[in-house]
Amino acid sequence: MSNSGEGGPGANGILVRVDGVDRTFHRGAEEIHVLDGLDLEVPQGEFLALMGPSGSGKTTLLNLIGGLDRPTRGSVAIGGDRLESMSARRLAAWRARHVGLVFQFYNLLPVLSAARNVELPLLLTHMSGAERRRHVAVALEVVGLSHRANHYPRTLSGGEQQRVGIARAIVSDPTLLLCDEPTGDLDRKAGDEILDLLQALNAQHGKTIIMVTHDPHASARATRTVHLDKGQLSMEAPA
Amino acid sequence: MINWLSQVAAVTLFNLRTIPQRRGAALAAIVGIAGVVAVLVGVLSIAEGFRAAMTITGPDDIAIVLRASADTEMTSGLSREETRLIADAPGIARGPEGPLASAELFVMINLPKRSTGTDANVPLRGVQRAASAIRGDMTIVEGRNFEPGRNEVIVGAGAARAFAGLDLGHTIKVGQSQWKVVGIFTGGGGAAESEIWTDAAVLQPAYQRGDSFQSLYARLESPDSFASFKDALTTDPRLKVKVVRQREFLAEQSTMITSFIQTIGFFIAALMALGALFGALNTMYSAVADRTREIATLRALGFGAAPVIISIMLESLVLSLIGGALGSAVAYFAFNGFTASTINWQTFSQIAFAFAVTPQLLVMAVVWAAVIGLVGGFFPAIRAARLPIASALREG
Ligand SMILES: Nc1ncnc2c1ncn2[C@@H]1O[C@H](COP(=O)(O)OP(=O)(O)OP(=O)(O)O)[C@@H](O)[C@H]1O
Ligand SMILES: [Mg+2]
Repeated sequence: MSNSGEGGPGANGILVRVDGVDRTFHRGAEEIHVLDGLDLEVPQGEFLALMGPSGSGKTTLLNLIGGLDRPTRGSVAIGGDRLESMSARRLAAWRARHVGLVFQFYNLLPVLSAARNVELPLLLTHMSGAERRRHVAVALEVVGLSHRANHYPRTLSGGEQQRVGIARAIVSDPTLLLCDEPTGDLDRKAGDEILDLLQALNAQHGKTIIMVTHDPHASARATRTVHLDKGQLSMEAPA
Repeated sequence: MINWLSQVAAVTLFNLRTIPQRRGAALAAIVGIAGVVAVLVGVLSIAEGFRAAMTITGPDDIAIVLRASADTEMTSGLSREETRLIADAPGIARGPEGPLASAELFVMINLPKRSTGTDANVPLRGVQRAASAIRGDMTIVEGRNFEPGRNEVIVGAGAARAFAGLDLGHTIKVGQSQWKVVGIFTGGGGAAESEIWTDAAVLQPAYQRGDSFQSLYARLESPDSFASFKDALTTDPRLKVKVVRQREFLAEQSTMITSFIQTIGFFIAALMALGALFGALNTMYSAVADRTREIATLRALGFGAAPVIISIMLESLVLSLIGGALGSAVAYFAFNGFTASTINWQTFSQIAFAFAVTPQLLVMAVVWAAVIGLVGGFFPAIRAARLPIASALREG
């Protein structure tokens, strides 16, 4: 795990600091103010659930925190790193080191085996092939899919594909896991297994997790839940 | 660096593995490029073959003497007295029967082409005894040589293939007289295989040439003797002649037609290349569109723009090189050695030659294919690299 200043938490233990962030999209002449002066602090080691109605901007916020998108105004800092000051190239390298992404529809590359998919983030490191294989084996072990390493995504169930997705997200040992509706495409049983896994990663491996979800059953697993509505966050669900 | 290469390799591998899913478009691009290459190589092989037919390989020791004001044998003229002076000049090799010099006549006759039945010009050359020894590598492959003083001809193998009525034993009518085909020959260098040969002494009266000739061919003692031979003739006040090496003479004669064919070839190929380029662009744009989410995923994981660009260009390059190889193979098997004849515009005679698909042409074909592939991949690659990651990830 990295130390402070390089993606690690600040002195007060805050890992993610979102400060007065606006995000505006243009659709033709129309301006859509998705996020409006939004503030959020996520301490190191938290498992945060982010809820809110469809179109409220949950994915948009997650993208800003993950450095996949830039705010119209305001700042996002992860550990000591202020994302708005980074060039696109540095931001890509920063993402590779500090963020693990888990998608609703898994986003695995269909032409690569599970192990090769998991290996992808390691191609951005200086690891040798043997080291990469070792890390891939460990990550697949953690998600309980060692026996599926050489299977291609289309031969795996949705729950298994998502576990490959999680293995890919943790293989480079990032500080922060960002999960966008990780159980949104799964049935209850498979979803529960994924949530068990995320909880274990949080509790046993100390990963800080931000998880977008519509499902109260999923948010119940988190250590804290925040609601996004009309561009702002609140602790309680709107009445 | 090694790491960067493995990124490129991983993304490229991923791209190439998705080609089977886009079989149709990929095949269309390959066929388009193959077509360009086949046409380019095909047309240019005509020019190459023509150049080869007109160019002598081997020792550079044959000189042609023409009247000073003439550029071709057609417009040249030498009297017997002049040809005697020339044959006595220093530098000419000597055989058992005297200097290897042959004063020659060069006239055009009309014969029907085998392919179309229409008449075309064929050169009929009157030669002296030393003519074949001067050319060196002439072989009678059918029949025998003509006998001096008789109305007999021997026919170059190329001319025999291209024109009707030049088979062994046939008779051709030239002016008032009949000439019998008594032999077929190969070799002789340069354009000889496209010609009909007879005894100059018989041709002179048939064409009312009195005792004059048009050119003199001479074999030199060595290629280096050319300068002294030329000096001796051009400084002789009794002669007004020009002296050229046969190889240079033929090369000059062939430049006009080869550059004409090359211009046409490049023009057609350029038009087709434009079409193939759009095919490649289309293929690669749709490849990028099909993979928007995968590319965005890689970028989200931290892959840089450069590996994405390079991998897409490599994919395009691979497709175009397959097309180039296919087109070259088609051109090679369809055209190489294919024989044809065409008009030499400087003498208006028919030159028989074989299409030549040379290694240089194949290299050029590969270069063209590669350029089409790289340009066709470049713009889609740039588009892929510029995809905004967040919105590209939203695409299903
Ligand atoms: N790149 C974009 N261009 C234009 N509009 C966008 C873009 N990204 C998001 N939006 C708009 O911003 C709003 C918020 O989108 P976002 O995806 O963040 O919502 P969400 O809370 O994740 O919704 P869901 O629960 O359906 O996933 C939507 O109205 C969406 O149409
Ligand atoms: Mg969303």
